[in-house]
Amino acid sequence: MSVTTLPSPIAESRPDRPVAFWKGEGFPLIPVLILLTIAFVAIFADLLAPHDPQIGSLARRFRPPAWQHGGSMEYLLGTDHVGRDVLSRLIFGARVSVIVGLAAVFVAGAIGTLLGIVSGYLGGWVDQVIMRLTDTWLALPALTFAIFLAAIVGPSEFNIIVILGGVYWTRYARVIRGEVLSLKEREFVRLAIVAGCSKRVIMWRHILPNVINSAIVLATLMLGVVIITEASLSFLGVGVPPPKPAWGLMLADGKKGLMVGYWWLTVLPGLCIMGMVLSANLLGDWLRVKLDPQLRQL
Amino acid sequence: MPNEPLLSLEHLSAHYVSQQGRRVVRAVDDITLTLNAGETLGIVGESGSGKSTLALTILRLLPPAARIVSGRMMFEGEDLLDKSDAEMRRVRGKRIAMILQDPMASLNPLFSIGDQVGESIRVHEGASRASAWTRAIALLKSVRIPSPETRVTQFPHEMSGGMRQRIVGAIGISCEPRLLIADEPTTSLDLTIQAQYLNLLSDLQKEHGLALIFITHNLGIVAKMCDQIAVMYAGRVVEKGPVTRIFNTPAHPYTKALLNSIPRMSDNRQRLTAIEGQPPDLASMPPGCAFAPRCAMAFDRCRVETPPEFILDEGRTARCWLAAPEAEAETVPARSAMA
Amino acid sequence: MTAVLEAAGLSKHFPGRRGFFGGGDHGVVRAVDEISFIVESGKTLGVVGESGCGKTTTAKLVLGLETPTGGCIRFDGRDLAGLDKSGRRHYRKSVQAVFQDPFASLNPRMRIDAIIAEPLTTNETITPDEVRRRVLKLLDLVGLPSRSADLFPHEFSGGQRQRIAIARALSLSPKLIVLDEPVSALDVSIRAQILNLLSDLQAEMGLSYLFIAHDLAAVAHMSHDIVVMYLGKIVESGDAHSVATNPRHPYTQALFSAALPSHPEEVREEIILTGEVPSPLRPPSGCRFHTRCQHAMPRCSTDEPASKSVSGRMVACHLY
Repeated sequence: MSVTTLPSPIAESRPDRPVAFWKGEGFPLIPVLILLTIAFVAIFADLLAPHDPQIGSLARRFRPPAWQHGGSMEYLLGTDHVGRDVLSRLIFGARVSVIVGLAAVFVAGAIGTLLGIVSGYLGGWVDQVIMRLTDTWLALPALTFAIFLAAIVGPSEFNIIVILGGVYWTRYARVIRGEVLSLKEREFVRLAIVAGCSKRVIMWRHILPNVINSAIVLATLMLGVVIITEASLSFLGVGVPPPKPAWGLMLADGKKGLMVGYWWLTVLPGLCIMGMVLSANLLGDWLRVKLDPQLRQL
Repeated sequence: MPNEPLLSLEHLSAHYVSQQGRRVVRAVDDITLTLNAGETLGIVGESGSGKSTLALTILRLLPPAARIVSGRMMFEGEDLLDKSDAEMRRVRGKRIAMILQDPMASLNPLFSIGDQVGESIRVHEGASRASAWTRAIALLKSVRIPSPETRVTQFPHEMSGGMRQRIVGAIGISCEPRLLIADEPTTSLDLTIQAQYLNLLSDLQKEHGLALIFITHNLGIVAKMCDQIAVMYAGRVVEKGPVTRIFNTPAHPYTKALLNSIPRMSDNRQRLTAIEGQPPDLASMPPGCAFAPRCAMAFDRCRVETPPEFILDEGRTARCWLAAPEAEAETVPARSAMA
Repeated sequence: MTAVLEAAGLSKHFPGRRGFFGGGDHGVVRAVDEISFIVESGKTLGVVGESGCGKTTTAKLVLGLETPTGGCIRFDGRDLAGLDKSGRRHYRKSVQAVFQDPFASLNPRMRIDAIIAEPLTTNETITPDEVRRRVLKLLDLVGLPSRSADLFPHEFSGGQRQRIAIARALSLSPKLIVLDEPVSALDVSIRAQILNLLSDLQAEMGLSYLFIAHDLAAVAHMSHDIVVMYLGKIVESGDAHSVATNPRHPYTQALFSAALPSHPEEVREEIILTGEVPSPLRPPSGCRFHTRCQHAMPRCSTDEPASKSVSGRMVACHLY
């Protein structure tokens, strides 16, 4: 009898080619492009802006955007109530938003992460004190508190950064502390203790690098909140002082013109704020999903 | 006239597909198994062998990313793959039941024991809450839980691990299924509790005429509890047959190596025979036999052609070129793949 | 026979929750209660027992992760409690650990060479070149290629990570390694590799091991001596082979009979214990095992049995 080995229905598997992460599923391409554009614009504002954002001529006030009747290519997005070019102000406003936003998020993150690590790892009375401090701080309404502080110390870019950082660190502290509590039960921390590492070394070498991911995700999510707060502060007149352009300030100035149809004075800065905040949130969401599962596997 | 087997899997394959179809993981590949009523089958494998996926496949509980790509699943004469979702729901719990590894995750912390044990009965038999409650007490007694009348009103967190696992068992047999699939049911239990539990399962099996499938990595459980064994590696069944014969004369090199690598109580500090290498990554499998990279007896053909299942004698097969007779080869007849 | 580590009357009591279970002394969990054992130089002491027996707490006490509430631990003849800072440091260098979960034992953000070298760099002043040299030597010792040194943990499988954990434990050339379930989380086919490695290292380097596992066959296979724990007490201890094949204490007999057979035709006397393990907050009076013991006598519920020498080993039971 002949050998009958019927073909086994097992197909050969296709080789697994690695795929670049930006082509991966769910990568928020548009939000990242928007954020990169805003950052680019902020850095090269001097080169990009067609006009000086702080000087206007009253003869040219309330010019509408170029595509509307009465507008011109010279002032692409129109002019405001003192004749300043809206496009240039938006471009320089990006600089304020990016700088204040990133710096404030960094300050808040640094304070919050540090306190979260110390509180979570050391436990005991240190933990109690820091947590009660956090609770108290959280109980204060953030925006009101920020306004209060800004009114006291006086508005300036530096002050705003410190104030925003000082108001928003609590979210970090809470989240990071939670992560640290579960991290410190992990075997590699126990092994570090067995190896003779001091508490300080453990917090720096073992705890911190493993909470950075969460801190980054939180940062992208907080960016939106911080920008809105900064815009609100500017809108209320206690933010970055005029005539330096800030998107929130432009909203405040422009609201007078809404009733008479000068829509570009509010809608355009509003769109910029929305664009940046939405993009930051979407990026944060994607980062959280991407970084979290890996964290869980560890 | 031989009795029709209770469960018969024929060339069953289930694949996970992801990244727009670029990654195919053949989690369950060309599985052919039969199980008769009242028998116990042990499915043995390590992580990545596909044994748990096989259990989910039988009950058609695979996640959306997985697809059953070919084969048949005959249960009591019907092909489970032909059933609609509603029909499968009537099968699960009533005719085929499953118990899982972690009893704490299997029980809802918010519902009383009585409610959970009676749930299947209420769903499948339309029983009233009161009569389901009475049945629940009887079931708790049959799984040897002391003072079932009080226990039935309690909640999962008030029970020990061993007791919880027995409650899960009670839920499993509540509707008198013909087949019970147990996926690593004793991994989280202490040794003496495990012994109690396995004895209970044996007794329940005899009382109710249940067929049992044990999915485990522990050859000891198979040695103690099973009549038949199927050894899985990289999604395929590499050897199957009656337990005693396979323990005595394993045909597949993997089975042999596995049996030799397990420490025994009696040998004291002798070197174990280890299996070199690592279990394979299912997403990037080498051509040919999946075990060839780690096999001490591999030769050229093994690395090129995937061996089919060869029938060794009544009820025994081995998926290995070493089992291919020179002149004749009888193989498990293949079905043409169906979508 | 020199003793590397000696525990004498070691106890660890944790404050329990007040009034939670009601009745009896509900203030204290006696996780480990007056146990005494010896780990000899170059040999393995196996510790077996089920959940709540205190073996994990014992490991933590030996590693200095917990401090005893009673009794003492002597290392190289010196009482741990009385050590000064340099003495404690010397102890840390001499006693290291390998834990159960290979996926949680390595800091995912550190490179392998930093992970392996950490005990070394923390405790000794040593040049980077020398560190590198030693790391490569350790990798070779555990059977990993030298290019592993520059990779991160996620690029390794469970078995390989456990080898890295072993390399790290060896970096200070310790005298004793505490192995807490070192192979339970590994695939069956990998376990033999790691157990063989551990045996080889012991033979080459004269290491002592405190081997804790719930897999009785693995413990019996690896150990020279065994202690069996139940609810914080040692019920039997002695030569591993004789305890495993001819247990004397009723609990040990039940435990070893519950171990799964290695062959379907293996005949074993079945001793099925009734009831559940009592809560460590309210351990039974007298002999703690008497509530589940087939041979319980009236004396067992009142008097705690002392450890007596029986057929060359120590058994704590009124039957003898």
